[in-house]
Amino acid sequence: MKQLDLLPRLGIRALDVLRGMGHATFFVIDLMRNSLSAITRPFLTIAQIHAIGNRSLVIILASGLAVGFVLALQGYYTLSRYGATASLGLVVALSLVRELGPVVTALLFAGRAGTSLTAEIGLMKAGEQLAAMEMMAVDPKARVLAPRLLAGIISMPLLAAMFSAVGILGGYVVGVLMIGIDPGAFWSQMQNGVDAFDDIGNGIVKSFVFGVACTVVALYQGFEATATPEGVAEATTRTVVISSLLVLSLDFVLTALMFSAPG
Amino acid sequence: MNKDALVQLDHVTFGYDRRRVVLHDIAMAFPRGKVIAIMGGSGCGKTTLLRLIGGMLTPTKGRIMFDGEHVNPRDREALFRLRRRVGLLFQFGALFTDLTVFDNVAFPLREHTELPPLMVRDLVLMKLNAVGLRGVAQLKPADLSGGMARRVALARAMALDPELIMYDEPFAGLDPISLGVAANLIRELNDATGGTSLVVSHDVRECFKISDYVYVMSAGRVVGHGTPAEVEASEDPEVRQFIRGEPDGPVKFHYPAKPFVQDLGLSA
Amino acid sequence: MGRKGVETLVGLFVLLGILAILFLALRAANLGNFVVGKTYEVTASFDNIGGLKVRSPVKSAGVTVGRVKSIVLDTKTYQGAVTMELEQNMLFPSDTSAKILTSGLLGDQFIGLVPGGSDKNLEAGSVIKLTQSAVLLENLIGQFLYNKAADPPETAPAPGK
Repeated sequence: MKQLDLLPRLGIRALDVLRGMGHATFFVIDLMRNSLSAITRPFLTIAQIHAIGNRSLVIILASGLAVGFVLALQGYYTLSRYGATASLGLVVALSLVRELGPVVTALLFAGRAGTSLTAEIGLMKAGEQLAAMEMMAVDPKARVLAPRLLAGIISMPLLAAMFSAVGILGGYVVGVLMIGIDPGAFWSQMQNGVDAFDDIGNGIVKSFVFGVACTVVALYQGFEATATPEGVAEATTRTVVISSLLVLSLDFVLTALMFSAPG
Repeated sequence: MNKDALVQLDHVTFGYDRRRVVLHDIAMAFPRGKVIAIMGGSGCGKTTLLRLIGGMLTPTKGRIMFDGEHVNPRDREALFRLRRRVGLLFQFGALFTDLTVFDNVAFPLREHTELPPLMVRDLVLMKLNAVGLRGVAQLKPADLSGGMARRVALARAMALDPELIMYDEPFAGLDPISLGVAANLIRELNDATGGTSLVVSHDVRECFKISDYVYVMSAGRVVGHGTPAEVEASEDPEVRQFIRGEPDGPVKFHYPAKPFVQDLGLSA
Repeated sequence: MGRKGVETLVGLFVLLGILAILFLALRAANLGNFVVGKTYEVTASFDNIGGLKVRSPVKSAGVTVGRVKSIVLDTKTYQGAVTMELEQNMLFPSDTSAKILTSGLLGDQFIGLVPGGSDKNLEAGSVIKLTQSAVLLENLIGQFLYNKAADPPETAPAPGK
């Protein structure tokens, strides 16, 4: 009877998931250990920052600008009902710095850099490059994975800051230059309302955490991918899905921790 | 323990899990300085053997000795030392696609030695010259043909002058000229360096041409061994079927299935 | 692309990132408002500090002259003891009073200093004696109802103690 089958199958699935999580944990610990030695080979990391960070610039800056435009527009429509359009700068800045900057950057990163990392590592595995490296007594985790991890962790906060900065400028363009809000009010309300440590500092911490999460997921999926074209395709899909869910859940947890009601 | 043997497999059994046992009680000894061929049909466990020797897998039973030392994948230090003395040539080369041919061959030198760049350059060119590909040093692996890629991989495997080189199907898919080049290279390099070469292949003709000793495997067991002449003359049915390329014999033509009449729906 | 080229581009990337962070911190946030230079501390106690926070501004005539450093409950008097840092060159008479005011109708709260007329000035460690607590919405509503209930409304009650 199918129902009787369900429970043991669920049990097996649950065990599989647990085993997967344990495997992933060992992977992460091993990776962290190797990252320390990767610091002694800076050029490998620098080359990866180029591949991950520089190549993401266009999409991040373009998206930041677009989000800034839209925030200013939507913010204006809503604030004008309460006659509070002078606060537009503040609304745009807080939305970006606290939430949209870190989160949207992380989602875009997962899609652009994350899938690229997963595919690259998966294909290296399929072409036996990782095995060849092992046979030459070079640990692929140290030589291939660790520099990419460091690059991701370094790039993400920088990209998020650029996203927010460009978004604020975009908001300025729409709010002040196009709609005609007073520039003085735009900047002064923003400056008085955005706290350097609480808002910007926490935003940077968030993007740092997201950077670790997204890069680790991408590297893990690539490293564990089945060495076939279908396997790599599946792995890249999983990277995007898991990274995105992880970012959104972490965002909730971090926001609750950081921005709890002032005492 | 056979002192003459660089590598010895002592009753090695291996399976990926309890159900799939790939190698059964293998006993082999590979003498120093010789070219030894390991032959057999697909799926007989030849490639698994190379990975066991290289420490990428752990035998379920038995042990593997390299130069008198036990190959133990859990001992990272010893494994590291072992791998610097061994080169493995993968079936399709496994070159690093993001590096040039030069950088590929230089990789082991840069990772494991502190040699100055000029010396590295000289060594790389020497190795490439030995395989006849000094002219492609600045190309990327994607620009090379299959045969050329494998030769570059050979240069890379030789970069640290290993005592043992293992070749995983070096002849698979090559045209006649490349076949001749590859066989020639394996034999000449072995004699020039005084090292030991293990060739895993199912190309009977080329292997017999260049090997000093041959092992024939089938379904995870050794079914015959000896010099090429001895194996050629073997009476063992499995060895004969393989050497002569007979389509049916101990290895059946038909994969096990229901009787044909039953499949067609005609009952007897 | 050669090694030098890659390093230059990455350097550029990191520089852009740092500039973005600096832009956010200085132009978009209140970092510029922080008091630089030497400060001296004075304290004041309030019955109710309302929504006053650490790092809230201290203003006089609307001009920021300092920041709130810490807020602690004094367990002897059960008042909120607020420690403020004032800019060194901003001197106030020793009978200056401190009120907790709200910027705008529903904005953040800050401390407003109204200078007195004494000859001596506040120094490091001085205590401001005259204070006016924050106006709480509940008290306002309560007073409004009270006043409505009584006949001609009395003069506005004395500043809450």
